[in-house]
Amino acid sequence: MTSPAKGAPGQAGAILALTGPAYLWLTVAILLPLSAMFYFSFLSEAPLAGKTGEWTLANYRAFFEQGFYGTLMLRSLRLGAEVVFWCFVLGFPCALVLAKSVKGRWREALFLLVILPFWSNALVRIFSWTMMLRGNGILERAIDWVVPGRFRLDIMFTYEAVVIGLVHSYLPYMILTCYISLQAVQDDLIEAARSMGASRLTILRRILLPLSLPGILAGVVLIFVPVIGSFMEPRILGGRNGTFIGTVIEDQFTAVFNWPLGAALSFIMLGCVGVVFALSRLALGRRG
Amino acid sequence: MTKLPAARTARSLLATAATLALTAGFAQADEIRVLNWQGYGTDEDWALEAFAEATGHTVVHDYFNSEQEMLTKLRTNPGAYDVVLINTAYTGQAAAEGLIEPVSYDDFPHADGISDAMKETAALYHDGQLYGIPWVWGVTSIAYNTEVVSEAPQSIELLWSPEFEGRVGWRDDAVESVQMAAISLGQDINNPTDFDAIAAKLKALKPQIRTFWSSENEWNQYFSSGEFDISVYWSGSAARSANNFGLPVGFAIPKEGAIGWLDELSVVKDAPHPEAAKAFIDYMIDPEFYVKWDTEVGAPVSANADAVAALPDKAFNKVMASDEGVAARLKFLGPIEDDVRQKMLEVWQATKTEFQN
Repeated sequence: MTSPAKGAPGQAGAILALTGPAYLWLTVAILLPLSAMFYFSFLSEAPLAGKTGEWTLANYRAFFEQGFYGTLMLRSLRLGAEVVFWCFVLGFPCALVLAKSVKGRWREALFLLVILPFWSNALVRIFSWTMMLRGNGILERAIDWVVPGRFRLDIMFTYEAVVIGLVHSYLPYMILTCYISLQAVQDDLIEAARSMGASRLTILRRILLPLSLPGILAGVVLIFVPVIGSFMEPRILGGRNGTFIGTVIEDQFTAVFNWPLGAALSFIMLGCVGVVFALSRLALGRRG
Repeated sequence: MTKLPAARTARSLLATAATLALTAGFAQADEIRVLNWQGYGTDEDWALEAFAEATGHTVVHDYFNSEQEMLTKLRTNPGAYDVVLINTAYTGQAAAEGLIEPVSYDDFPHADGISDAMKETAALYHDGQLYGIPWVWGVTSIAYNTEVVSEAPQSIELLWSPEFEGRVGWRDDAVESVQMAAISLGQDINNPTDFDAIAAKLKALKPQIRTFWSSENEWNQYFSSGEFDISVYWSGSAARSANNFGLPVGFAIPKEGAIGWLDELSVVKDAPHPEAAKAFIDYMIDPEFYVKWDTEVGAPVSANADAVAALPDKAFNKVMASDEGVAARLKFLGPIEDDVRQKMLEVWQATKTEFQN
């Protein structure tokens, strides 16, 4: 038994050279600023422009003293869960077809269609939704053309509008992660199941879903976390119904320059996300 | 360090070269840097050309999207700017932090046209010294769609009226929201005392508000697509929406009052070109500049009475400025203590949480 480093003296250097830049980058670009924010969250005011803050827990206390922060946090968690759910419902079948039914050129073309939205700016995508959803907008006119009548959709500035915008933004993540894990499922396995008389539903339930679970979970994590903290989509599409923990945190940074409170709320959010994942891991682990 | 887009830099270099060639007779041609909201008077192309022609100085701009961002930019880039636009609610804070230089009206020939009352506005002073030249003032009040609302709103309570359920536009801003509620309740807008009453009043807006707006551009979009019929809005912006975009916008100052505000121009601490900065500020209160700005673009009311008097008689701003009843009804935006501001944000965020369906 030899550790890799002992086995080949040159390997330690190679590992360092190959992983070093990435970890250095992570340290400089993520760990240091995040630590600074963590430090800020315990101060009475941001130590900028010659001001000095004092140590305090007031920023964290504010979350528990003011009931509305908790309400908004739950609302954001619910939004995250709903967006993840719709992304899965829409994305998994799409990934399944791409991975198992479509071959060659067509697959490339369909893939391009999935990735295409990523090529445009996120803000442009959201604003194009406002044209679709608003009263007398493209969607409403189209429906009116098919079914003439006094049908008023009126979906703009609602919770649903926010969900639609976010699902559109994050759907490709779910499709891509599911596709990768579904592609790794051997066709022989499905053939074998079929030859033994398994129905399509059984194949899906007993083979495809369990084997692609890592991909699905990766998609869930990739979507859930940014949706909880999103502020642009709720602000533009949600109108009066667009207040979430993300928009409140943004307000603390941009509207009142209260970085410490904004930072504290961000870390509480991080904690909530951690708790959610820990609980879901427990639940999944018990089943397995 | 502030970065400018390459195109802008190239353009300003060209402009500098051109003015250098044209105005070789001037003793010194400086390039000054102005910090302001985008599209707010100081960056009109024709004005900068006229200023360069008259003085030889060229002007480049940097922009902010909130007062806090403006203060942050001044704090973190000492020596980068010459002129900054500051709302008088923040002048005292900027002066106390040593971000701007004291000035004297003597250095600004066009300041003669500013009324004594305006010159002595307390918010312009810190420790007895003047820190800004009053530039323009305006009103935050109610704008309405003249095609839907036949008569100018007389009372601020119209925003709460069932008649406009789901037809009201509102700015997503804590201070402005609390102040509108304070006006309706007869409280001091800069230091409201009964926050419970204000919170209740704001919560009553839930069925009223169609959507929030955050910028003039957004407001125009919503208004023209018929999202709302009456809205909290700014006087200068209302004039622009009506003049430039041809929207059927009317602007009313209700009997309970409205929020008045005053914007001033200051010389930045350690400005690289203080003399050119003062020349620019003086040009900004020049009636010639103001008349063109208001008639061709749309502007708030100039602090310079001579400039307002030079407007055509029918001009929105001249009418508003000459209506003495209006001036008496305005509650001017003053400095707001940090803890009051935080409380305002808290009340507004709690209210928005209850707004959710």
